[in-house]
Amino acid sequence: MIAVETNRDHTPAGLPKCPTGIQGLDEVTGGGLPRGRPTLVCGGPGCGKTLLAVEFLVRGATRYDEPGVIMAFEETAAELAANVRSLGFDLDELVARKKLALDYVYVEKSEIDETGEYDLEGLFVRLGHAIDTLGAKRVVLDTLEVLFSGLENMAVLRAEMRRLFRWLKSKGVTVIITGERDGGTLTRHGLEEYVSDCVIVLDHRVDQQVSTRRMRVVKYRGSAHDTNEFPFLIHDTGLSVVPITSAGMDHPASTERVPTGVPALDGMLGGKGYMRGTSILISGTAGTGKTSLAGYFAAAAAARGERCLYFSFEEAEGQLVRNLRSIGLDLQHGIDAGLLRVHSTRPTRYGLEMHLATMHKLVSDFDPRVVVIDPISNFIATGTTSEAGAMLVRLVDFLKTRGVTSLFTNLMHSGSTVETDIGISSIIDTWLMLRDTESGGERGGVLSVLKSRGMAHSREVRPFRLTDHGVEMGGATTKGGGT
Amino acid sequence: MNPSEDTAAAFERLAAGHDRAEYLLRLYVAGVTPRSQQTLARIKAVCEEHLKGRYTLEVIDVRQQPELARGGQVVVLPTLIKVLPLPLRRLVGTLRDTEAVLRGLDIRKRT
Repeated sequence: MIAVETNRDHTPAGLPKCPTGIQGLDEVTGGGLPRGRPTLVCGGPGCGKTLLAVEFLVRGATRYDEPGVIMAFEETAAELAANVRSLGFDLDELVARKKLALDYVYVEKSEIDETGEYDLEGLFVRLGHAIDTLGAKRVVLDTLEVLFSGLENMAVLRAEMRRLFRWLKSKGVTVIITGERDGGTLTRHGLEEYVSDCVIVLDHRVDQQVSTRRMRVVKYRGSAHDTNEFPFLIHDTGLSVVPITSAGMDHPASTERVPTGVPALDGMLGGKGYMRGTSILISGTAGTGKTSLAGYFAAAAAARGERCLYFSFEEAEGQLVRNLRSIGLDLQHGIDAGLLRVHSTRPTRYGLEMHLATMHKLVSDFDPRVVVIDPISNFIATGTTSEAGAMLVRLVDFLKTRGVTSLFTNLMHSGSTVETDIGISSIIDTWLMLRDTESGGERGGVLSVLKSRGMAHSREVRPFRLTDHGVEMGGATTKGGGT
Repeated sequence: MNPSEDTAAAFERLAAGHDRAEYLLRLYVAGVTPRSQQTLARIKAVCEEHLKGRYTLEVIDVRQQPELARGGQVVVLPTLIKVLPLPLRRLVGTLRDTEAVLRGLDIRKRT
């Protein structure tokens, strides 16, 4: 897996960081959580704070050889293990391998009588014993605030919290403390008072039946960090945060060319095809062959032995394969070879940011050289036009940073102008237009190259037809001129 | 019998069988400190006065046996757990409040 490049150096010398191993979070925090210090992760119920904390431990144990301890105040060890199993985390196995210790702390006010002075030494002893037994480097306390509802002496609790955090620092462990967000304050009992190093807020909103999870680093002492909100996903292998704003304009500029899969179209693009690592938009009215051109490009990538990720928002994989086979294009070969992956979802199922997060995750995992998004126009259905535009800018930036050649299709409504509905032309390098024409009582299509940055391209309008043996492009009436 | 108790309370206590119940108590402390010594002395005095001949008191130093703190679900120290008779009770603190201790041990009726 290739880490997403960030353009800024977040890490001042001398501040050691502890990588979480959570996709995207380490980019957002410039390398991870403050090592040897506590971090507060807070949010409302169901915001994903426990999952984040558990993944921090699981990644630590499996990737960084840093055993971890979780003290769970709300869920029993069995409940916790069951809840994270859906993310592919096998806590029992890690416990058996002595990479993880799970300690469920039971505090029930109704069976407690307070009879005099006390402290939380029992908690220190339990935690200390677990840390020392495993040689743990990571600790999660989820959710410490339960103690405040089980015990009455707030003065003691506050003093003990302060002592606990000092003691944890002296142990040299990197700690996540979770807290429940309550109204205006970050946590119900003001835990943020004791955790001065790093505070992360999670948020889960449902707006117009579209759910979006967001994360924000509100504080990170001694470290530059992105204060923006980042969408994140909880998927079948854990969390992933989309470090959107870390994508910038610093893309590698390639002069390599990639064939379009249609020789005649290559001819219109200076004879060689698209530019590697650029963005391509194919606009056209319904049924003009946008998906076919996208399919040719995908199949050509697979034929070259390059991985291609095809996001299909209108057709399921089987449907796409069948439809393209009818014009003599075989996608199945690439799919079987593991080089072509088709990902189909309904665009309205998630919010825009969730789509971006999903795409980000899939691209990071599969590491394709070519990405097709067919069509982008459907995203307009899930958000306002400006949101869709902003999302596409982020997506294009992200793909360019990775050197991925991206092809988008866009459904235009007949009669609309050359301008796309989304207004993304500025981020598109090569723009093809497919149009319907009618002449002599017969419908046909024409293809033209509206622009193609960095290359001499044809200015012709060429007849374009889909047949059962592929794309047929009519001979040019005039020879192609350059830019 | 405690002379300050009224007859009705004494009857209830007898009916509940607490006068005859065997007590199993566990005191969790951290190290031999003045506080833990004092707490131990207090519970011994209560037991001798109210539960003579029918109690077992175990003292656990969690510094010596940290795994027992987890086993007993002990967070606060000192903690005295009334294991028997049921229901289980946790008396946290130095047992300075004798009335709270007697109530917690079901020796005195809760108000």
